[in-house]
Amino acid sequence: MAARIGIFAVVVAVFLSIPAFSSAQDLQIVNAERRIDLSSHIVKAFLTLKVENIGKSAAAEMLLAFSPTQIKNLAMVQALAITGKKKKKTYLPLDVKPTEQPDAPNDTGYYRVTFVSPLGPGETVSLEVLYILTHSLEPFPVEITQSESQLVYYHDSAVILSPYHVKQQTTFVKTPSTRVESFTSIEPANRAGKEIKYGPYENRASYSYAPVIIHFENNSPFAVVEELVREIEISHWGSLQITENYRLTHGGARHKGVFSRVDYQSKRSVSGASSFNALLAVLPPRVNSVYYRDDIGNISTSHLRTGFRKSELEFEPRYPLFGGWRATFIIGYRVPLEDYLFEASDGRRYLNFTFGCPLVETIVNKLTIKVVLPEGSKDPSAILPFTVNQDLQVKYSYLDIVGRTVVVLQKDNVVPTHNVPFQVYYTFKPIYMLAEPFMLVSAFFFVFVASLAYVHIDLNIARK
Amino acid sequence: MIHEFDPYFNYRTTLFLTEKGFYEFWNWFDSESWYPLGRIIGGTLYPGLMVTAALIYWALRFLRFFVHIREVCVLTAPFFASNTTLVAYFFGKEIWDTGAGLVAAVLIAICPGYISRSVAGSYDNEAVAIFALLLTFYLFVKAVNTGSLAWALGSAFGYFYMVSAWGGYVFIINLVPLYVLVLLITGRYSMRLYIAYNCMYILGMLLAMQIRFVGFQHVQSGEHMGAMGVFLLMQVFYFLDWVKYQLNDTKLFQTFLRITVTSAILVGGIALGVGTASGYISPWTGRFYSLLDPTYAKDHIPIIASVSEHQPTAWSSFMFDYHILLFLFPAGLYFCFKRLSDATIFIVMYGLTSLYFAGVMVRLILVATPAVCLISAIAVSATVKNLTSLLRTKQKVSQTGSTKGAGSSKASSKVTLDQSQPFQKNGASALLVGVFYLLSRYAIHCTWVTSEAYSSPSIVLAARGAHGNRILFDDYREAYYWLRQNTPTDAKIMSWWDYGYQITAMGNRTVIVDNNTWNNTHIATVGRAMSSNEDEAYEIMRSLDVNYVLVVFGGVTGYSSDDINKFLWMVRIGGGVFPVIKEPDYLVNGEFRVDKGASPKMLNCLMYKLCYYRFGELTTEYGKPPGYDRARGGEIGNKDIKLEHLEEAYTTSNWIVRIYRVKPPTNRL
Repeated sequence: MAARIGIFAVVVAVFLSIPAFSSAQDLQIVNAERRIDLSSHIVKAFLTLKVENIGKSAAAEMLLAFSPTQIKNLAMVQALAITGKKKKKTYLPLDVKPTEQPDAPNDTGYYRVTFVSPLGPGETVSLEVLYILTHSLEPFPVEITQSESQLVYYHDSAVILSPYHVKQQTTFVKTPSTRVESFTSIEPANRAGKEIKYGPYENRASYSYAPVIIHFENNSPFAVVEELVREIEISHWGSLQITENYRLTHGGARHKGVFSRVDYQSKRSVSGASSFNALLAVLPPRVNSVYYRDDIGNISTSHLRTGFRKSELEFEPRYPLFGGWRATFIIGYRVPLEDYLFEASDGRRYLNFTFGCPLVETIVNKLTIKVVLPEGSKDPSAILPFTVNQDLQVKYSYLDIVGRTVVVLQKDNVVPTHNVPFQVYYTFKPIYMLAEPFMLVSAFFFVFVASLAYVHIDLNIARK
Repeated sequence: MIHEFDPYFNYRTTLFLTEKGFYEFWNWFDSESWYPLGRIIGGTLYPGLMVTAALIYWALRFLRFFVHIREVCVLTAPFFASNTTLVAYFFGKEIWDTGAGLVAAVLIAICPGYISRSVAGSYDNEAVAIFALLLTFYLFVKAVNTGSLAWALGSAFGYFYMVSAWGGYVFIINLVPLYVLVLLITGRYSMRLYIAYNCMYILGMLLAMQIRFVGFQHVQSGEHMGAMGVFLLMQVFYFLDWVKYQLNDTKLFQTFLRITVTSAILVGGIALGVGTASGYISPWTGRFYSLLDPTYAKDHIPIIASVSEHQPTAWSSFMFDYHILLFLFPAGLYFCFKRLSDATIFIVMYGLTSLYFAGVMVRLILVATPAVCLISAIAVSATVKNLTSLLRTKQKVSQTGSTKGAGSSKASSKVTLDQSQPFQKNGASALLVGVFYLLSRYAIHCTWVTSEAYSSPSIVLAARGAHGNRILFDDYREAYYWLRQNTPTDAKIMSWWDYGYQITAMGNRTVIVDNNTWNNTHIATVGRAMSSNEDEAYEIMRSLDVNYVLVVFGGVTGYSSDDINKFLWMVRIGGGVFPVIKEPDYLVNGEFRVDKGASPKMLNCLMYKLCYYRFGELTTEYGKPPGYDRARGGEIGNKDIKLEHLEEAYTTSNWIVRIYRVKPPTNRL
């Protein structure tokens, strides 16, 4: 009996230890190259990793580690496996999922990358990882006047934070202009033009960290949508009405002191360098009835260019946005239904639409997409390539009796790379389409019948 | 989209009504305007418009039409205008015939004088009030014609609606008694009139007292005393009739009449005198005076005179708004006098009095419009009818003898005319063509006026660019939205009162004064601040807790109704309360100038500084020196303006609205 328990315990122990063992100790990064692009307010980092399995058993996955400040602002992580050499390179997308490790030091956050096929002992694999950080450029000074340009801090580590041993690594940081006030130097490190190079560093142990601060000029528009509510209303009569409610703000250094229109008009290059007054939204190709308005009426400063692949709406808020200034507005448009609504093989209908925010180069702090299904739709379900909060609501529109089912998808920290298609499936009987016209027709019919009756009825008591 | 100034306030209140419900609305104390006094909204407005819009809104919601309250508000005016045309038809039918009714409906439907206040977005009291006015008059005339209690009751309710909607109800409560008086004098007293007037007056008065803003004015204010007097006179008349019937003796009745009439007048006079002396009956208000005497406001109340709508009407604007109706009106009067009846007397009186008032104040053209349309319609209808019947009789004579006897007397008169005028048929058809030509010209004129003058909201200014393209100046909304988004929510904005409603509705910020000009002193304080130099103004602004100052400036675009051009009114209104401010100080030889020749006080006052701050660095027009003011056509006199206590917070893209931040006081160490 005791022996049995002993065997059982050993088996359990072996099973438990396998993932931790293989991921933490058996892998090492032979070569790592990181390129951080700081040219806009969305920080993009490309990692090229060459991973080798030095353990004895096959490894199915590996971990990517991020510091606590980064994990908070991490909008997206994508990984690709590179197979083939040089010109015959092929990229295979890998499954990336956030995960937690019990023994994570200093609240390190992790993402788990699952390989295409388990990595055998001694084998190597090349990976390309892209991760995007938002709100990671901290303006300093926090407040600037109209004539100053915007300087920001970027905090990171000169060496890659990794649970694995890294044999050799280099980091390149690209700044938007040549004006770099200062950067932490960790030898070997040097700056040439718009690029700062850290490394190469040899043989860094797991969880090595070398904090660096880069203080540089960044006057790109810090367009942050604090909240975006997109409502997609499906009408089976042939169109899709999209209404987008924006709450936009300038997320950069706050504006202080005067706003001088003379300076803004005459010395455009040096005045209000970090402000922006034009935005670009990429809309679907066959878009029509586009409007751009806010709480107090139509805004006349917008231009629409329609094309075969996409339409572009170029528009200006009512006033230029300086740091900390806000603007709210609504963009609405209509697209033909046949481009986006399809019938699945099992008879269900599905909407295939783009997630994310149509504005280019903007961060959305909180995105809510409401898909308003036609009245009478049942069993809605949404399919997305990443996790979002889902909810169901009921909305009443013109002539609704039971209300329309609304599928609410909510996600925080959305960047343009989230603009990927998603699907909402539902069942719908076409007969429901006729309900509202029928109601109207019958209402008018009864009005006429009633007036007919009224005209013909004599309500007088006395006979004429 | 909502136009002008007042509609923004109406929209805001309607929004409040639909969100918070009726009781909250009634008790609403608005702290967002008239800082630091606040304003009791529920007790100081005519709720008819808001309640109407809210009811439409709730009805539509109930019918499952999920419209936004803004859409309801925007479309209320056109909806009521369409109702007005219906009423105009029935009114015309009542006083003349169906033809006149039809023509009246057509005329009023396109008359620019009415369209000016009934386009979509013109969400103002007048929008429903004109409908209520015409409805009341129609029902009253109907009541007089039939002597039916039901119609009189209807008219009382119409009056109630009118009272709830617009201050112009005073016109009804004075015109109707005047009409009754005229009927009494001309010996047209009848039981029908007695019933109609008494019912309408008593019920109308009681109902009107339910409106908080009106309250007991019907028995307390001098403007309503005429109606009361006529009411008593009616009773006296009735009493005398009864006595006459009872006595059956002429001589005795004569003495009785003398005694009663003298005593009645005596009692009435004493009551009025005591009431006025004791202050129970208030004297006439300034607006009422200025209506009777156009020069009154100019001398006594600058704030009323400063509103462009309160200016006496120019001939051109009569022509602009009425076109051919102006010539048809006398013709219509002629027809009315030719066929005098209770109803035509009414419309004649309505027409004449309202036309007089329209001459006194531009905005009252609106009140005169239905009357002018109706009387003109009578002219058109009667003329056309005469002409066509002429043509018809000729045909009848030539073709067949007998047709359905529409009017045998007419036919006979035509026969006699036939003999006297040889080219009658040709003349008639020529005249008919002439009439239709005139009417079509009228239609063309109306469409032109509507598209040119009344279609675009005045908040968005449009101009033609160098290449004939349209340029929009959306500066007002740019500034208001900037205020809404980028200032602290409790910021207080000081501006001239014209922009008060718009700032509260669109900018959603507290203002010092607004378009409800109930407190003259407060407005004068703002006027004083604007016309003082910066240090003095700063003291005033500090005492009013002002955070931002907003001025409207047209020097870059050539927009002429800006604050500099309104400035003299600020000086006058400010000077009316604070004698420190003297108008001559701002003038040079009685001339208002902004260039180098301007008076030093002008060049250093707050308004001047705020408008022209850093304007001297800007070249506005090619070939002109920098700082050339396009609105006034001159180079400004003070180009080197330094601001000490204020700083520029925002200036719109075309410089039309400039907002300044009031700096906190410097630390005195």
